[in-house]
Amino acid sequence: MKSKLRLLLIDNAVVLLFVAIIAVAIPISAMPLKYLAQEILTRLGRNAFLVLALLLPVMAGMGLNFGMVLGAMAGQIGLILVTDWNVVGISGVMLAAIISTPVALGLGWVCGQVLNRAKGREMVTGYILGFFMNGIYQLLVLYAMGMLIPIATPGILLSRGYGIRNMVDLIGVRQSLDKLLVVTVAGLKLPVATYLVIAAMCAFIVWFRGTKLGQDMRAVGQDRAVATASGIPVERTRIMAIMISTLLACYGQIIFLQNLGTLNTYNSHEQTGMFSIAALLIGGASVSRASIPNVIAGVVLFHLMFVVSPIAGKNLIGSAQLGEFFRQFISYGIIAVSLVLFSWKRKADVAASREALRGGSAPASGPSKGGRA
Amino acid sequence: MLSLRGVGKQYNGTRVLEGVSFDVMPGQIVGLVGENGAGKTTLMRILFGMGVIAETGGYEGSVLLDGREVRFKSPFDALAAGIGMVHQEFSLIPGFTATENILLNRESTRPNILVDLFGDRMSVLDRATMGLRSRKAIERLGVPLDPDTQVREMPVGHKQFTEIARELDREQVRLLVLDEPSAVLAESEAETLLAAMRKLAEQGIAIVFISHRLREVLEVADKVVVLRDGRLVKEAENESLSLRDLASLMVGRSFEGSSEARRPAERPSGAGFLEVEGLWVDMPGETVRDLSFSVAEGEIFGIGGLAGQGKLGVPNGVMGLFAAGGSVRLGGEAVPLNAPRRALEAGMAFVSEDRRGVGLLLDEGIDWNVCFSAMQLRDLAVRPLLGGLFKWRSDSAMRAVAEEYVRALDIKCTSVRQRAGNLSGGNQQKVCLAKAFALEPRLLFVSEPTRGIDVGAKRLVLDEIRRVNRERGTTIVMVSSELEELRLICDRIAIVDEGRLAGILAPEAPVEEFGLLMSGLGGRAAAPGAPAAPGRP
Repeated sequence: MKSKLRLLLIDNAVVLLFVAIIAVAIPISAMPLKYLAQEILTRLGRNAFLVLALLLPVMAGMGLNFGMVLGAMAGQIGLILVTDWNVVGISGVMLAAIISTPVALGLGWVCGQVLNRAKGREMVTGYILGFFMNGIYQLLVLYAMGMLIPIATPGILLSRGYGIRNMVDLIGVRQSLDKLLVVTVAGLKLPVATYLVIAAMCAFIVWFRGTKLGQDMRAVGQDRAVATASGIPVERTRIMAIMISTLLACYGQIIFLQNLGTLNTYNSHEQTGMFSIAALLIGGASVSRASIPNVIAGVVLFHLMFVVSPIAGKNLIGSAQLGEFFRQFISYGIIAVSLVLFSWKRKADVAASREALRGGSAPASGPSKGGRA
Repeated sequence: MLSLRGVGKQYNGTRVLEGVSFDVMPGQIVGLVGENGAGKTTLMRILFGMGVIAETGGYEGSVLLDGREVRFKSPFDALAAGIGMVHQEFSLIPGFTATENILLNRESTRPNILVDLFGDRMSVLDRATMGLRSRKAIERLGVPLDPDTQVREMPVGHKQFTEIARELDREQVRLLVLDEPSAVLAESEAETLLAAMRKLAEQGIAIVFISHRLREVLEVADKVVVLRDGRLVKEAENESLSLRDLASLMVGRSFEGSSEARRPAERPSGAGFLEVEGLWVDMPGETVRDLSFSVAEGEIFGIGGLAGQGKLGVPNGVMGLFAAGGSVRLGGEAVPLNAPRRALEAGMAFVSEDRRGVGLLLDEGIDWNVCFSAMQLRDLAVRPLLGGLFKWRSDSAMRAVAEEYVRALDIKCTSVRQRAGNLSGGNQQKVCLAKAFALEPRLLFVSEPTRGIDVGAKRLVLDEIRRVNRERGTTIVMVSSELEELRLICDRIAIVDEGRLAGILAPEAPVEEFGLLMSGLGGRAAAPGAPAAPGRP
């Protein structure tokens, strides 16, 4: 019983750590709880979809999909185009999603192909692939748009006549999904339409796990060799996991940006990957295991941190800079720690699974002692 | 039902299988027995159309199924024809339940609208039907296996049953090949397995049972086929065979020439120089579970046994290359495990079976290879500078040492600067020996010293080992799959079976005694000089 509790604590150590930090930071920041609640509810709608996009590759054993940046770029291309065409409101959001779908699927396919050639090193490969694609994205947005791709709205073009400005005001689609259906509860505004989309996404993921493809992904994720031997098309399955993830990241980025209302053309996507992954990890996920509750808990905790820490830093030391520094430190640090923990745990798991073979005075019989790591 | 007609196979000119013919009837259990390298694995690879066979030039002879010749292009063709195989290593998904594993990639599904759009893989798993199917397969096997337990929480035996049940879910399965299915099982689990095999045979399924546990083969098989050196040496109904026959058939080869080992009276004896107590080693594929033995100073101690039984784990564990436990004492002093440097410092050296991986720096010259370890440990060819503050490598000293060993071991090379990777196998092995000799060890482990080198070179390598033993008095522990060479130069030979000591024999003991020990049974009493062997109950 006691060891069970201990295991539970170890499994949720990261979550508990952040709950503790935040529990201390909130009183120090002296922020009104109602403001915080509103802020978190908004940010949940803004970010949850992006973080959900990370779940499938984890299931397929490909780790945290740093390549989701590719999907974010696709989404941004769609948004730039609908802004230029002046399609507004929810139909603008829909059109942006439709335009960027083939782009995201194409990028996802490329990403999957590359990752299949870098098995076991998916995360670092995906990360570098993001930088590489960033170059192509810049070429497209900085030169092709306005030169090869006609852009009619001068307001979003650089003054030289081609290339997109640093900031694009997404005035047409700003919060069009969030404001589609707003319910006010106890003075808090809930973007119900966005929540419904997120809920539908969660339902899809739950359903998807029960499909043949979902089952295959789980099998591939746990043991590639066994999956291959049983005739599962491993490479195709992995490509599909990445394609779906990239597509979801693309939609996620559109939801994210319609909430913000401005597109930071050359930077928005870069932070997407890092922040989504940090949020997922803070929610208690690992490189090999991630669930929907991890996503929700992670988004809430990560953004509480985000909102509270600069003010808490200012109140505590008189410098908001420190809180900002702490925020950066946490998001990168948590990723590093999680990766180290993962490889450490994998080693421990291997040792545990071979425990029956070690020190064995008794022949390997009966339930292996200490089957859990 | 299944007939093999004159099946043969060679890999790059090396013949591993020749003219093997036998039949398997429906509902018959055929025990397939043979030493390492007897050709069992190759035979099964041919039967299953494994890619490696076609890649290396196909095979001779023919495989007939129901009288028609078949040539499977991949294991999936063989499965479709109703042949199932359960491998030695588990191929199960640890986080899946028994049911999910039994039906892996053959799940029952229900279609939905997305199937029309995106294909079959969008269909939803039908868990209820899957449960029924796996229960049916488990029932056919007649074993107590819970379909909803996750594999990682199962005892080994149940994992094995899950593997077999997976084959049974295919309705058309008619022939099962079980490759060492009982090797990982405890006694009682093995009994259950044998009972399950009989039950399957009653249902008309033919079984090819590959096992080194001869007692189990005799207990369950209707017919026994013995392979040795790629040839079929015996095909007989079970009734006509005894354990002793089988063991000597399996090990075979009459003992040619006179043993060059010392005569019994001259053999070193006395207090244990190397004492190994309760050793376990976690070396994948060569697990040592619980091994105790003692080697006298100046002795050549042989360790034999079939592949995968743990003999290779002994030197690798004692030298600290794999996780190990237990106690090792050399000359009365404890040697810490899991610390290669400490093992070397204690005066032990190791010529690894993994010559190209562990043994040599392939891109460096002979001089570097010979001196490398000794430089680290004995400051051989090292010049102290500034009163030992810095240590400087002396190339001329290295060359001198290397040249000395090249002469002494008759290493064929253009110069001592020749890259080790360019030498022939036999000369590479000699460089490995020179490297170990340069350490001037008190105890030398030699693992598979003649593996992959030609006949003439084998002779020289064995001579060198014996010479260093006689001239320098180095105690030698030699691990080898080749029983013949162990019997040629060792003073005593221990046989390791399933990670435990099966017994210790004198080199002149009759060959079937060795065979019986390798088969996990037999003359444990007939172990001269062996401290009561802690075998299985």
